[in-house]
Amino acid sequence: MTDTKKKQPTVSHIQRKLIPSYIFLTIMSLISVFPLFWMFTAATNTSLEVAQGKIWFGNYLAENYRALTASQDLWRAMWNSFFYAAVQTVASLLICSLAGYGFELYHDKGKDRLFGVLLLAMMVPQVATLIPLFTMISRMKMLNTVWAFIIPALSTPFMIMMFRQNSRNFPIDTMEAARIDGLSEIGIFFRMYFPMMKSTYAAAAVITFMNAWNSYMWPRTVMKGNDVQTMPMLIANMSNGYAVDYGMLMLGVLFCSLPTIIVFFVLQKQFAEGITGSVK
Amino acid sequence: MKKKRGLGLLAKQEAAGWAFLTPASLLIFIMSFYPMVQAFITSLKTGSSANMQWAEPLIKNYSRMFKDKVFMTSMGNTFLYLIIQVPIMLVLAILLAQLLNNKDLKLRGLFRTLIFLPCATALVSYALIFKTLFATEGLINAILRGLGIIQENVNWLGQSGTAKAVIIIALLWRWTGYNMVFFLAGLQNIEYSVYEAANIDGASGWKTFWHITVPLLRPVIVMTGIMSINGTLQLFDESVNLTNGGPSNTTITMSHYIYNNSLGQGVANFGYASALAFVVFILVAVLAFINMKVGDTRD
Repeated sequence: MTDTKKKQPTVSHIQRKLIPSYIFLTIMSLISVFPLFWMFTAATNTSLEVAQGKIWFGNYLAENYRALTASQDLWRAMWNSFFYAAVQTVASLLICSLAGYGFELYHDKGKDRLFGVLLLAMMVPQVATLIPLFTMISRMKMLNTVWAFIIPALSTPFMIMMFRQNSRNFPIDTMEAARIDGLSEIGIFFRMYFPMMKSTYAAAAVITFMNAWNSYMWPRTVMKGNDVQTMPMLIANMSNGYAVDYGMLMLGVLFCSLPTIIVFFVLQKQFAEGITGSVK
Repeated sequence: MKKKRGLGLLAKQEAAGWAFLTPASLLIFIMSFYPMVQAFITSLKTGSSANMQWAEPLIKNYSRMFKDKVFMTSMGNTFLYLIIQVPIMLVLAILLAQLLNNKDLKLRGLFRTLIFLPCATALVSYALIFKTLFATEGLINAILRGLGIIQENVNWLGQSGTAKAVIIIALLWRWTGYNMVFFLAGLQNIEYSVYEAANIDGASGWKTFWHITVPLLRPVIVMTGIMSINGTLQLFDESVNLTNGGPSNTTITMSHYIYNNSLGQGVANFGYASALAFVVFILVAVLAFINMKVGDTRD
């Protein structure tokens, strides 16, 4: 390093300077991974082993699964969560992408102003609309149905904004050409826009599915009863008892996180795009 | 002049544009704005849900909250989580993004994935993982005992101070990677040559960070700031599932307390709960506005 003739730092020199970065990032990575790793191992141990601080895998997984399915309607809740989230994703994507498309490609002063107003909904806290929405849903006799779950979250300013922003990549010329070819306005949307915007749809789908799967306050309010409950509700109820079986609880927690973890690993790029979707 | 028979081509397009955005817009009006107005009207009423009457005086529910010790505690807690957790999280997220944006760093993809991983955990799941980790009979106590740092098991979630600390630690764990992704996306928009130029000029790492990265990331900082403030003010899952607001309501958040007042167990008091919820709405709006103003000052 006293060698001043060297203008270009060597590779090993650069890497040596990065050692603190490697150490810091390794520590942060371990902290990030450990609770999840431990969730997996705890699901294979007895409650006592978990309490005693056993970190590695045990052989109690089958027993925990038997106990879990005996005391809880696990697969029913898994199906419910999956079904509600899937319906919400499809419906929400259709509604919000149509709106984003309309706001961007047919935009005029009136529409821009309306969009500005819709954005204000981002500031409305969920807990504030809880009572009026609960009253509304129960008057419409929709409590304990998939409609109760999905309706309040079907249209969100975030999703509309994401599609509106990304619609800028859709060439106007294509629309004009399609019109000359005699395609209807809605035809252009389904036949031209939809195939071209696949990556935006993928990102939006991941984020909507995750949000729907994770939602807790609202389902807890409108989905009463064991046959309609969701996974987050099921595991929350499990942890409320006096004598909590930790191994069994962690297996439930694992089941609740499994779909989101799978989505994360398979579609990480789309997930990252989805959460930052409207920033560009 | 438009043709009289049928819609003209332009009018047809015009109608189509509005038709496309109507379902989504209507839903937002019915599911967000209308309930918000209703919440405000309800906040001026008292009585059980079946027969509500105008409060006498109208602001009764609002004046009541100042004497409500639990609500004041919940507000204090929420702001404590906000003031401690959000700045630590954002600074850490920027720092991680900056480190990961270095082209010379090996295993960038792996580090990125691992630090981003906590976001893959379902919300209630992570609350319960931390609840179990920090249980009196739990891993954290076992480790600390093994290291000889403590002699007796600590009841982390049974004491107000440590329970709050656990909530903050859990929040940091779950959301730092999430925010890092925003900063990584923001950093990718900064030309790498800017850094190379700074490097040639002999600027130190810290100087580059403060004088180049942070100013260029300002819009992303404002955005993540608003999102984090919004999220923290509405904190619910963690309060319910990690500590259940306890011990004796000392860690409860505003949303959790409002929920308990309206749809939780016990007496449903829709009028009072709505007034409290309206306060949360105003706080969210005011803080978002301040954040935007502060972030907008151009040097």
